[in-house]
Amino acid sequence: MRFLDFGSTAGKHTLHAAYCVVIVCALFLPLFASNYVLEVFSNAWFYVILCLGLNIVVGYAGLLDLGYSAFFAIGAYTTGILGTVYHVNFWLTIPVAIIFSILAGVIIGGPTLRLRSDYLAIVTLGFGEIVRFIARNLEITGGASGLYGIERPSFIGVHLTQIWHYYYIFFLLAMLAALASYLLENSRLGRAWRYVREDEDAAEAMGINRVAVKLYAYVIGAVFGGIAGCFFAAKMTAISPETFMVTQSILILMGVILGGMGKIPGMFIGAFAIVLFPEIFRGIGSTRLLLFGVLMLIVILYRPQGIYSGKQH
Amino acid sequence: MNILAVTDLTLKFGGLKVLNDVNFSVQKGSILSVIGPNGAGKTSLFNCLTGFYKPSSGDMRFRGKSIAREKPYKITTLGMARTFQNLRLFKNMTVMENVMSGMHCRTSVGVFGALFRSPYMRQEEKEIKHISEKCLEFVNIPDEGEKIANNLSYGDQRRVEWARALATQPKLLLLDEPAAGLNYDEKQKLIALIRKIRDELGITILLIDHDMRTVMEVSEHIIVLDHGERIAEGTTSDIQNNPKVIEAYLGKDEGENI
Repeated sequence: MRFLDFGSTAGKHTLHAAYCVVIVCALFLPLFASNYVLEVFSNAWFYVILCLGLNIVVGYAGLLDLGYSAFFAIGAYTTGILGTVYHVNFWLTIPVAIIFSILAGVIIGGPTLRLRSDYLAIVTLGFGEIVRFIARNLEITGGASGLYGIERPSFIGVHLTQIWHYYYIFFLLAMLAALASYLLENSRLGRAWRYVREDEDAAEAMGINRVAVKLYAYVIGAVFGGIAGCFFAAKMTAISPETFMVTQSILILMGVILGGMGKIPGMFIGAFAIVLFPEIFRGIGSTRLLLFGVLMLIVILYRPQGIYSGKQH
Repeated sequence: MNILAVTDLTLKFGGLKVLNDVNFSVQKGSILSVIGPNGAGKTSLFNCLTGFYKPSSGDMRFRGKSIAREKPYKITTLGMARTFQNLRLFKNMTVMENVMSGMHCRTSVGVFGALFRSPYMRQEEKEIKHISEKCLEFVNIPDEGEKIANNLSYGDQRRVEWARALATQPKLLLLDEPAAGLNYDEKQKLIALIRKIRDELGITILLIDHDMRTVMEVSEHIIVLDHGERIAEGTTSDIQNNPKVIEAYLGKDEGENI
């Protein structure tokens, strides 16, 4: 298992060099990869953003959240509704989606963050389902069939229709999300999240308002998910409630746990694992999900700290 | 002048009175101890003072402000810090990070400061580090900053907890059984440290302990609790000769002619 020990045994320079190589490869991938490969990789970068967002809640602040896809749904539906019904320019829908994500984060977080972990998990699970059912039953959200015909955005005169456009968008967003996570984890707020995760009472005794600190984690995680949702809607041009099922939330959570909670490189590994694995083994049909499950159990049993073994933040 | 005044403090858990009409006040700049046998309500008193328990009735005024209904973090921000009976360090974090937690309530940078690395944010981070280092120096473990808290010896972990409490820049420091688990030598050092905190930093000290010798040596004033009630109060010699105290600790002088 030595090759999996990167992060703990490798020196800092080797690690930085490895990151550079990966980034350069990622940048040049569209030059020679097929559309299928690009589609899969765009999806992987997209999940990196979601995992990084959920990691703030689960990894940094230590709150179990089983309804994360709700925030991603809120972003996607905001862009979808504003675009198809009100014909608002895509780029203008992003700040609106951010505001709605923040509101949703506060509404769900405010009353529930006083709960301890397992209760919180149940409430968030319910919240995710509530959002999906609202989307299913409202007229403006297109009911069970969802929204379609969402317009593709333009950027400096280029109509963003090609898959490689979205590959680069999601790649860039993933990089920005990683940078934001890095800056947050090395700040006063990032430390406060860890204090609360380690020992809530001691943190409170040190003058940390634990409810406020958790609410920040919730809201920032929601914003990550919301922004990712906007671009998801633009890429797919159609969204439906079925995209945001509990299984979606669980999949993102799996990415976070598999990669290694609280570790930024772990989120990349986790997201790529959950996206690439089912694609690579597409040949063996639905048995691949069974295999995926078994592999995941093995990882959790033998590497509970996640595939990435570096220091947790 | 009083820094803390407790009046008629009562705490009930269901039908059980853990604290019953407790009255006392703490003079600014003094070292006051609360003693009493196991289950006398000492730690409950601390938990009331720091906001972890809400008293059933009565009032507590800290620096002129009622804190009976305040949240723990607000009370810490007002200037009351505490240590725990069983160490409550952030075990998997470094010693430095542990101490830095105390500075949280004295600093303000939020999300945007963190994301844009504003000059103010960098200045604040420097200050947090600087003050935390000074706190570690004060408790005599200046070189342990980068170690993981859990890997330190028990005595040193205690010191980290003290440094962390000092980093909140308190006016009143509550020490919950500071001498528990320490040997004679360490206890002597502890007494010196308590005095140093009071004399050099001007912090008032309120401590709980079982260890009579430490308490007698360090405190200027003692309060004795038994079954949630204050049974005696006074100087060291008053307490040593008080028959009620002796009774609470050793039992009544009857039925011993077996």
